[in-house]
Amino acid sequence: MNKIVEARFLAPDVKLFKITAPKIAEKRKPGQFIILRVHKNGERIPLTIADSSNEDGTITIIVQGIGKTTKHLNTLEAGDEIVDLVGPLGKASHIENFGTAVSIGGGVGTAIAFPTAKGLKEAGNHVISIIGGRTKEFVILENEMKTVCDEVYPTTDDGSYGFHGFVTQKLQQLLDEGRKIDFVLAIGPIPMMKAVAEVTRPYGIQTVVSLNPIMVDGTGMCGGCRALVDDKVVFVCVDGPEFDAHKVDFSVLTKRNRMYLSQEKQSLEEFEHKCKLNAKIMEVANG
Amino acid sequence: MAELTNKERMKIQKHHMTEQEPLARARNFFEVNLGYDLNTAVEEAQRCIQCKNRPCVEGCPVHVNIPGFIKQIELGNYKEAAAILKKDNALPAVCGRVCPQEEQCEIVCTVGKKNAPVAIGYLERWAADWERHNIGLQKPELKPKSGKKVAIVGGGPAGLSCAGDLIQMGHDVVVFEALHEIGGVLMYGIPEFRLPKEIVQAEVEGLREMGVEFRTNQVIGLTDTVDEILKEYDAAFIGVGAGLPYFINIPGEHLNGVYSANEYLTRVNLMKAYNFPNNDTPMFHIMGKSVAVFGGGNTAMDAVRTALRLGAKKAMIIYRRTEKEMPARIEEIKHAKEEGVEFFLLHAPLEFTGTEDGWLSGVKLQEMELGEPDASGRRRPVPIEGAIKDIPIEVAVVAIGNGSNPIISKTTPDLKVNKWGNILVDEKTMKTNKKGVFAGGDIVTGGATVILAMGAGRTAAAAIDEYLKNPDVWLEEKKEAESL
Repeated sequence: MNKIVEARFLAPDVKLFKITAPKIAEKRKPGQFIILRVHKNGERIPLTIADSSNEDGTITIIVQGIGKTTKHLNTLEAGDEIVDLVGPLGKASHIENFGTAVSIGGGVGTAIAFPTAKGLKEAGNHVISIIGGRTKEFVILENEMKTVCDEVYPTTDDGSYGFHGFVTQKLQQLLDEGRKIDFVLAIGPIPMMKAVAEVTRPYGIQTVVSLNPIMVDGTGMCGGCRALVDDKVVFVCVDGPEFDAHKVDFSVLTKRNRMYLSQEKQSLEEFEHKCKLNAKIMEVANG
Repeated sequence: MAELTNKERMKIQKHHMTEQEPLARARNFFEVNLGYDLNTAVEEAQRCIQCKNRPCVEGCPVHVNIPGFIKQIELGNYKEAAAILKKDNALPAVCGRVCPQEEQCEIVCTVGKKNAPVAIGYLERWAADWERHNIGLQKPELKPKSGKKVAIVGGGPAGLSCAGDLIQMGHDVVVFEALHEIGGVLMYGIPEFRLPKEIVQAEVEGLREMGVEFRTNQVIGLTDTVDEILKEYDAAFIGVGAGLPYFINIPGEHLNGVYSANEYLTRVNLMKAYNFPNNDTPMFHIMGKSVAVFGGGNTAMDAVRTALRLGAKKAMIIYRRTEKEMPARIEEIKHAKEEGVEFFLLHAPLEFTGTEDGWLSGVKLQEMELGEPDASGRRRPVPIEGAIKDIPIEVAVVAIGNGSNPIISKTTPDLKVNKWGNILVDEKTMKTNKKGVFAGGDIVTGGATVILAMGAGRTAAAAIDEYLKNPDVWLEEKKEAESL
């Protein structure tokens, strides 16, 4: 059991948790993830470690409520416990002094990019962070990024905050201005990562993405998370999660992530129905 | 009652195991074999002639005192029978169900020379079940505490058997398990209908009561390295299993609906996806679909019979050799056939075909014939030119074995492994080249059986006990070996 010591929403449906896990806090490196279960009949889901603290022995994860498990997780508060938590899993990000590095995060992807951006800065890079959100309220971790990056550019699809447009348009703008960019890290929804890969490809800029396939054990035992990279099968949990964006077959990744779409929908509907019922019961009970 | 003569004993016919009816059981997850009742068990026990040379004990990888426990069943001392079993076997209720007795203890049984061998496996199962149901698992006697601590890496059959022996020898034992449940392949691999999970959990609980400490969610190599463990423990046993599934490496293996046996069985057994949505983990909707399982081992049989229970319209085994070459137990093949599994023998997959949006829709098969024997002594299947067919399927399960998981070897660079990543050990002691580190089970042998892994765990436990008494022996032996 791992205790939640802090829980707060950063954006609608996006919640930050600090969880007691001293061993993982001590061991984890940027880019690595954990797998957790929220109850004893729960599924195992992977979540990237956004940050950690050795002093209080905690790790930070940032969760977007999309399916049943993440929505359930986002109902938990400080003092609650996580039934199972294992990690750190996967390979650490490859960090070196590339020169100028751009970290691009779309939505909750910014949380996943954060530790690597921090690592890139510590390695001596000039780090530029692009934080994408649909609207202003979905732009997260701007202040945190400012503490570890040299330049931070929030972008919103509707122009309600920062640059008006997609993260790729901001990146293109930097390139058009003649900025010399040596490395790009892009983490977010698959279409965004794919689009970033296409922006940097003609420039030959080394670009890395963090993949988010469906996993079960997270230790290489099941092969459920396999993806095609450079036309070869990789197990994202042990060979990744970060790969060369120019070699990833995003189409296969997209299709494989749709494997359980109908079951995920059913599971979520039943969960939300139950939540509503519970709320009704509480309402009645409280008169 | 007068003592039976050997002649009378030899005349008693073997008692059959009652089973659920094939067509009924093929649609439920309850256990297929129903077990002996008390009278049947006692009568079966009477068939053992207590021969002097006891070949069965030699045939058993953990050397259970087989005639000893069977005699106690015959005499009505069931508690004693279970106690004798447990002295040598940490998981008798499990082994009574999944051991290939027909090629170990029963094949060498003296009675078997003239009649069917004594049903040792069924009796083992009966005695273990009797104890659990009637008096609860009894704690064997433990030696006084030695003050030494041993870390067991991997909570599967090898580790549990090693832990069971070490705790009885008086050592402190901590088992580190990567998954959230203890049992390894017994929990994620072998299905409920062949090995009910509550039995595994009861036997694990028995070890816990004896003092074994279990820590789940610990991936050794990542959460802690082997070297870090050695700072806190006097010795370590690595029994992490094989755990890296092979794929066929043909086009289309990334299509939705293609599973490794590990993933498919883990979803169903460990994560209980058959109980979705009460359990959160989903499974492909197999109801009414065609499922093809590739492979001919026990895992393939488990996977294909699971498909029937999930409601498959058609469940097929596709194997490139003939039934004779299948590594699966005869009983498993028989059960699969009775339940309606179709066998496509001498067929090899060439390609998975799919729909535009990425779903599996079929497999292209090459018909084979047997040619000359290969390195394994089995006749090599060779393609029949032009004999290619397409079969429509919606689910494929690849059950062609496992390689070794590299997490331990990559994070323990000074631990010697062979080119396949299997840890190298001295077979008599299960010692690795690294001081204080022993290893056994599938990570050493490659994919094998539960009982062979348990045998390795026991061998290691005995050697660990010796080593803890005199750790310097390791160095002396090493010097000796180097001077040779």
